[in-house]
Amino acid sequence: MTDYTATVTVRLKRGVLDPEAETTQQALERLGFDLDDLRSADRFEVDLDAPDADEAAERAGEMAERLLANPTIHDYDVAVAER
Amino acid sequence: MGGVTVAVVQFGGSNCDRDAVRALEHVGVDAERVWHGDGLPADTDGIVLPGGFSYGDYLRAGAMAARDPIMDEVRAAADEGVPVIGICNGAQIGSESGLTPGAFTTNASARFQCEPVRLRVERADTPWTAAYDEGDVIEVPIAHGEGRFEIGESAHADLVADDRVLFRYCDAEGNVTDAANPNGSTDNVAGVLGERETVAVLMPHPERATLPDLGRSTDGAGILTAFA
Repeated sequence: MTDYTATVTVRLKRGVLDPEAETTQQALERLGFDLDDLRSADRFEVDLDAPDADEAAERAGEMAERLLANPTIHDYDVAVAER
Repeated sequence: MGGVTVAVVQFGGSNCDRDAVRALEHVGVDAERVWHGDGLPADTDGIVLPGGFSYGDYLRAGAMAARDPIMDEVRAAADEGVPVIGICNGAQIGSESGLTPGAFTTNASARFQCEPVRLRVERADTPWTAAYDEGDVIEVPIAHGEGRFEIGESAHADLVADDRVLFRYCDAEGNVTDAANPNGSTDNVAGVLGERETVAVLMPHPERATLPDLGRSTDGAGILTAFA
């Protein structure tokens, strides 16, 4: 078994309105920053032991499917690194 | 003891459970609060998932409560035809748990909105709307920050084709317009049906528009009489 950190990034699907990101963008612009767009995402870092990286990724992916993401509005990706 | 007993499921952070019991009793329905950890009573003849902020809206509104073990019992009861309604946070829990299609997420305004809204009754042939006629306009309050109904394009087409939209936000004349849409919901959807007509969720609060001494509308009472 190897120690891994699986990083699950959950973001809104393209085209789904993100009022919090819009509000954040407006606040940045009010501070004088010039930007074209801003998107936000949630990142979960899951420490786990697995026989190999593929299995670590599979388990983290299942976590995303069942809880961390809502498939109606979210896409997600998983990246695994040894820790 | 005979009659119908409705279980109002209380999660950590529910706060409309007592209101729901009061309103149900007002329309003659025997109701009791049930702590989620105790499971559903054997004589449960109806289920309300009440409003509130279960588990602090952590992750997403309703996400944690939707994975609570009692929800397996709620789904099993729903599959057997026990009427289930999710109100506000209960609607978010219902959609997160797969009882109903779509998702409720951050209002387009990015604000918490607490205000009366008007709903057009899109179907009158369900237990929830038998007290109304199709096209009726009822006034019921909303109180939510995450009530914007989102659903993928093809799932939305299915929802409409299957006639599972129960209520839409509308103006006083019943016109479904952008101006009457308080939160940016897709297709002005305020409430939807599950696979069975006995399962429904809605963001507005019928229990806050039932008791005559509470305010401006008692239009919500007809929804709760589904359990009578």
